[in-house]
Amino acid sequence: MPSSDYDSACLPDLLPLYYRRLFPFSQYYRWLNYGGVQKNYFQNREFSFTLKDDIYVRYQSFSTQSELEKEMQKMNPYKIDIGAVYTHRPSQHNTVKSGSFQALEKELVFDIDMTDYDDVRSCCSAADICSKCWPLMTIAVRVLDRALREDFGFHHLLWVYSGRRGVHCWVCDEAARKLSVTARSAVAEYLSLVKGGDEMVKKVVLTDPLHPFITESLKVVEKYFPQYALQDQEILSRKESINKVLALVPEDILFARNELLRDFQNERHPEKRWELVNDQASRKQSTAKKGHYFEKEIMLQYCYPRLDVNVSKGVNHLLKSPFSVHPKTGRISVPMDLKELDSFDPSAVPTISLICEELDRPRTGEEELEDVKENEKDATERRKIRDYKRTSLAKYVKLFDRFVDGLASSWKGELLRKSDLEKEF
Amino acid sequence: MVIVEPCPLSLAGVTSRAAVPALIRSGDPLKTLGLLAHHQPPCSFMFYGQPPLENISLTEFEAFAVDRLKLLKSVETLGVRHVKTTEDYKKKLETESKNLNFPYRPPSQTDQRKPQIGLSEHEKRRKDHISHFILRLAYCQTEDLRRWFIQQEVDLFRYRFNELEAKQKLEFLHKNNLQYNTISAEEKMSLQEKLINSSYNVSGITVKDQDFYKVPFQDALDLVRTRKVYLKAGYVYIPHQDIVAIVINDFRTRLSKALALAARSLPAVHSDERLQPLLNHLSHAYVGQDYSVQKNVGKISLEQIDSLSVKSFPLCMRQLHQALRENHHLRHGGRMQYGLFLKGIGLSLEQALQFWRLEFIRGKVDADKFDKAYTYGIRHMFGKEGKRADYTPYSCMKVILSNLPSQGDHHGCPFRHSDPELLKQKLQVYKVSPSGISQILELVKGMHYQLACQKYFELTHNVEDANFSLNHPNQYFVESQKALGGGGGGGGGGGGKDIKREMGTPQRSRENSAVRGSTAAPEAAASASRDLAEIPEDLDSYFQDA
Repeated sequence: MPSSDYDSACLPDLLPLYYRRLFPFSQYYRWLNYGGVQKNYFQNREFSFTLKDDIYVRYQSFSTQSELEKEMQKMNPYKIDIGAVYTHRPSQHNTVKSGSFQALEKELVFDIDMTDYDDVRSCCSAADICSKCWPLMTIAVRVLDRALREDFGFHHLLWVYSGRRGVHCWVCDEAARKLSVTARSAVAEYLSLVKGGDEMVKKVVLTDPLHPFITESLKVVEKYFPQYALQDQEILSRKESINKVLALVPEDILFARNELLRDFQNERHPEKRWELVNDQASRKQSTAKKGHYFEKEIMLQYCYPRLDVNVSKGVNHLLKSPFSVHPKTGRISVPMDLKELDSFDPSAVPTISLICEELDRPRTGEEELEDVKENEKDATERRKIRDYKRTSLAKYVKLFDRFVDGLASSWKGELLRKSDLEKEF
Repeated sequence: MVIVEPCPLSLAGVTSRAAVPALIRSGDPLKTLGLLAHHQPPCSFMFYGQPPLENISLTEFEAFAVDRLKLLKSVETLGVRHVKTTEDYKKKLETESKNLNFPYRPPSQTDQRKPQIGLSEHEKRRKDHISHFILRLAYCQTEDLRRWFIQQEVDLFRYRFNELEAKQKLEFLHKNNLQYNTISAEEKMSLQEKLINSSYNVSGITVKDQDFYKVPFQDALDLVRTRKVYLKAGYVYIPHQDIVAIVINDFRTRLSKALALAARSLPAVHSDERLQPLLNHLSHAYVGQDYSVQKNVGKISLEQIDSLSVKSFPLCMRQLHQALRENHHLRHGGRMQYGLFLKGIGLSLEQALQFWRLEFIRGKVDADKFDKAYTYGIRHMFGKEGKRADYTPYSCMKVILSNLPSQGDHHGCPFRHSDPELLKQKLQVYKVSPSGISQILELVKGMHYQLACQKYFELTHNVEDANFSLNHPNQYFVESQKALGGGGGGGGGGGGKDIKREMGTPQRSRENSAVRGSTAAPEAAASASRDLAEIPEDLDSYFQDA
């Protein structure tokens, strides 16, 4: 496992190398500049760096790609966060009259963190993850990606592994970047089904009729539920976990809990046991006037994505940048390929020590050949491309490239329209 | 609108210009605020597009503003006590509007023929119009004030719009240039099932019979938020009956923009020494006492907190305290809600730092990490960092409505954010009688969370009818200390129990309680001592819970 190689004590030595030779600056700048459609969009963007010993430096901003490069190579941040686009350059926020320095726009972002699932996963807790609970993230991505595209009509979604225990989503459509705080919280609440803190046992309550969004989300959850919840998490295998599940059966059909407990004694197979739950639920539905969807509520409580609404709500909220390093694990925060989402393995994501080591390996003949082909390009730029291509970071940068290409097609149209307008004058 | 010194004035506005030279020169600050326009009160109330332009005396200025504030506060109270679409809510709001001389329903044909009692409809509208714009000035200053003002104005608007007759609604939309695209019959048919499943009160027949509007989702956020509308590819499909949602969304957006604009021009208004104190006074009135003024700093010692949390903390704070002691940690929402409460009852910054630090380092956080990660936040609360705002303790409304607790959180209102079953267990542990518990749960069921909390107060303090209206956790604390004879927040303190607590400043009531203490009924004194006797037991019981 590559991560076993990582030792956080080496981070100060590895970061300079990473920012000098591997960090994909040109793609990064191309993304955040958004084609230069809006003036000063990149220049007024806040970056924030975490340096050694948790020293936190907010309100960094850069006028060009090369300034960003130079500054990052000088500071070698342990962690990079991206904030909002402001009315003025964030680096000068102290010089403008207070009150007029305002956050204007930001990508709509989502942060899903495995710690928020601690009450429903039995394998790990807090910052730990394993292959038994990772499917929760897969489900979260599937559910949210569908809804953001089909329901909200967004197209440019960048999904990123956070480097440790969660995933982030950056919705980059122009309409998304312009959303108000109220609109962001409305979107986040539309997408939230699991509600309540530690004082709430039953966190999902469905009412008739089921909104199409819930129906669609259930389709995703149902696909993963048997393998994930019944097999991997064994929620219907051990006594305590069974009690936890049955506590979610509504009170007014207490007898159902008892019947289920009795039936479970003769039935050990978890999927068969789940069928028994389903039977009880459908019996309830046929007798009660109002549908009680308790089997669906159970599935959702165990599997449905849990969003940190506060992260999505604020325009000025900071979120860890893609390609930032996670200082604890050493893993790079890399884009995720949704086509291969089901096989995404967080423990296979390259660490900074791995990719730096790969740089030192002798080059193959094939790579030499490529070098010759790209001869016409600027020398330093060429070296950098050559560098990351020799590491396991390559496939993630390529993915990022493709994402930015997609975005570019949206601003090309916008630029064309603008230049047409100018011609008319 | 021009403001003059309090002197008799005709409404037509004969101004003594000499008295207000600063307001009349070009660059008139009120003009830059959008407070001036060229018309008499608008013929249709509600959207407040045009600001009033007329002279008004300072007396009237103040009277109008105070009345509207009263109206908005009733809107807030009624909104908590009733479901907003019920007849009860509507009737009570109508009464309030009538009593305060505000328009409550646009006159239909029949009304116009009736003779008017009191202010004429025209005068009511004028008052409505002017008072709205005055409060804009008072409530544009901070984010908190803006949020509160917008929320109440939106609710008031919703009520008024819903009172319109169908024809008047259409007229209103037309007059304000609100036009929305309807979808074709074919599209309606193809989406029928989805439309039925996502809108309330829509069935197969009603889909066919009514128009559906297709608008960007940003224009109907309230419906999106609550998933009460069909959403596809960024557009919502709204049945005609729900059109109020789009109109409200529009109203909210306009108001929010107008307030932001007004905030930018505030320095001009603040230069007027007659207006500034008035506006400040108005904006401070909105939550009653805000408990940010620290009268008792240093009067509470850290050792007292455990016992106070049992005796005198409202359930929300008791729950947070307990969670903090058990986990040696609270997440951000909990630290804010509890930290500001503690500040409000009199913890100094130094005490607060010590309090949080001692608890956190018993858990996973070492002293070094605490200093790095948490000290800043606590200093921030006390206005010593960042923008140096002195944060005020959260009111019940804020606890109930904003920043809902999620996984791992213990903040929020236990009456609002707990499973009834868990709440019941907790109340049992806290020795509330079974009949008391069922009364509380009944109130919770009716969504009367503050009343439930007040009932909890009455039961745990052995008073029949607490004659205050609970709207702030710190108020609970002050009242509890009063009831227990400890004064408004000072620790310890002997004296009997005062059953007839007084409204008003803690100072005065403390004196009163001293006088009454001696005459308090013996049984009340007995129950007070019983309360005290129960403390160790209660403490035990919650350590056993852990």
